[in-house]
Amino acid sequence: MKVVVDTGNHIAALAAKLAKPDVVAAYPITPQTTIVEKIAEYVAKGEFSGDYICVESEHSAMSACIGASAAGARTFTATSAHGLLLMHEMLHWAALARLPIVMVNVNRAIGPGWTIWSDQNDSMAQRDTGWIQIYCSSNQEIFDSIIQAFKLAEHKDVQLPVMVCYDGFILSHTSMPVKVPEQKEIDDFLPKREPAWVLDPENPVTHGNIIMPKDYPSIRKAMQDAQENAKKLIPEIAKEWKERFGTYHGDLIEKYRCEDADYIILSYAALGAESKVAIDMLRKEGKKVGLARLRTFRPFPSEDILSLAENADLIVIDRSISIGFEGPLFTEVKSCLYEKSDARVYGFIAGLGGKDVRYTDIGKIVDRVIERKQDGVLWYDMEGGK
Amino acid sequence: MSLKDLPKDEYLLPGSAACPGCPATIGLRTVLKALGKKTILVVPACCTAVIESWYPNSSFNVPLLNIAFEASGAAASGIVSALKQKGRDDINVVVWAGDGGTYDIGIQAMSGAFERGTDFIYICYNNQIYSNTGIQRSGATPYGAWTTTTVGGKGEFPKDMGAIVRAHRIPYVATACISYPEDLYNKVRKAKEIRGPKYIEVLTPCPPGWRFPMDRTVEMGRLAVETGVWPLYEYENEEMTFNGISRAIFEGKYKRKPVEDWLKLQGRFSHLFKPKRDEERIKRFEKFVDDMWERFRKEFG
Repeated sequence: MKVVVDTGNHIAALAAKLAKPDVVAAYPITPQTTIVEKIAEYVAKGEFSGDYICVESEHSAMSACIGASAAGARTFTATSAHGLLLMHEMLHWAALARLPIVMVNVNRAIGPGWTIWSDQNDSMAQRDTGWIQIYCSSNQEIFDSIIQAFKLAEHKDVQLPVMVCYDGFILSHTSMPVKVPEQKEIDDFLPKREPAWVLDPENPVTHGNIIMPKDYPSIRKAMQDAQENAKKLIPEIAKEWKERFGTYHGDLIEKYRCEDADYIILSYAALGAESKVAIDMLRKEGKKVGLARLRTFRPFPSEDILSLAENADLIVIDRSISIGFEGPLFTEVKSCLYEKSDARVYGFIAGLGGKDVRYTDIGKIVDRVIERKQDGVLWYDMEGGK
Repeated sequence: MSLKDLPKDEYLLPGSAACPGCPATIGLRTVLKALGKKTILVVPACCTAVIESWYPNSSFNVPLLNIAFEASGAAASGIVSALKQKGRDDINVVVWAGDGGTYDIGIQAMSGAFERGTDFIYICYNNQIYSNTGIQRSGATPYGAWTTTTVGGKGEFPKDMGAIVRAHRIPYVATACISYPEDLYNKVRKAKEIRGPKYIEVLTPCPPGWRFPMDRTVEMGRLAVETGVWPLYEYENEEMTFNGISRAIFEGKYKRKPVEDWLKLQGRFSHLFKPKRDEERIKRFEKFVDDMWERFRKEFG
């Protein structure tokens, strides 16, 4: 085990290398670019033994991963924002084909106007593709999540692709110290992939031909069951990692000072990390506030949220907006509490397009709730932010 | 090589869901005999997705990956990379795509795979329409042809996909027609032995799409070649060779049959002849074919 100080993107590339994918196919887009550059550097130095395909679009990046994965390869790719949106069709394809592709999405807001800064609208728009989504709040979590993602995706009871998300620039271009195990230790943790099906002339299968209505629902149901299985496996894999390597970031959610809290902030990604600072500040002021940072958005941690709502009201901060309704997490939280909890839920939209959200802003959001100045959804960017 | 010498092995099995008289099945049967057992097919949205029959059945006896319409070239690159990592260089990775999936929506992924030097064969079976969706125009549809989206006849000429592919300077580019199975077989056999990207485009006359009786598929392909509408050639290491009748046409040893002989037999061109002859459009069609051969002579003569 050594400690490496590097940016989120370089750490992601390092994790991908140590997971030993057979095939990486990727296309450059800001702020993901330094991942593909780093992998190209590994290839040039002979440190990466897999095949690196420089494709001509993100749609092709995902298509190449699908082809490679269908032929039995462990595959990795990375993208951001418009690249992820261009992939959308193939995200569905990968998940329906039950291919355990692992992808990093460096969250970036969507244009026009052109923006390169972070929010989570890009990955939230992929909610229904069948992919497992993990959101990270530190470079250590990026490293650990990517390697754990391969184990999760390739598990016989899951066989679904996994998207590891983190904020552009806030993490992608910020250096932090990260504990990195030796290659052999990673190999022991992550054995070779055993595909559930493979393109093989010795055992010819036709994959993905016409499926009649009587058979189609069962493939959707199997995906749903696989996401439910992932709910159980994510904590198991995190536990095994912790026992082997000592780092741990929570299961489906990370709880921080929730025990006696009257209010619990629910958020994800970098906003989740910033909220911890806010909570320490609020606690010093005598306000009983805790944090539940969602690590996974799919599968959705309904049971965890229900148990948090037993003794606290919930303050949801979304760095994303479903135009025409409200923040996506706000919607999902209320949906899983429906008829099961009397907790009040407050919704805030903050940090769109990379707008800075400081711990003091999060403090102000909580104060608005405590002072009963807030009902419904508040666009904090417009009213409270600077 | 004559027809009776083709391998007896069948990789396209009986009981496919193709229309009667389907040229794609004729082509697939020949192509798969040439490729043999160690083959992985990549098929985007096209008639072949139907020909496969439906889950859990299949009419194919080689592994086949269905992929989204525009994604074949990239998916093939991924498969080739995966096989390379396994140390398998004895498996043919072959895209089998229609003209819509090649000329139009799939051109980017195909071009990317060619540029990357992916070791695969891309076969476009060209029936000159989106036939699976019910006969709509594509970039390969001939001038003047009726389709459900060119009700009065297409106003534009098709792309010269051969020239577009040749501009990628890949080691092997060929055209073929299902009516000449030995020629098609030999071209696929040759492509199999060449490393790098290979492109073969096969003319597949479609009875319901072109509006001709289902027992005249082979004849319609032959006439396309004999009238010079469809040239048969191989472009290998930047050297052009015309084959069969096309060679005789190129060398001036065979007088092309009138284009009309081909047009008149197809209902999709009937409005050029009835209720009255559309001299202007027929001339334009003929000139397009004349110009193509003139370009060939200038470039390769």
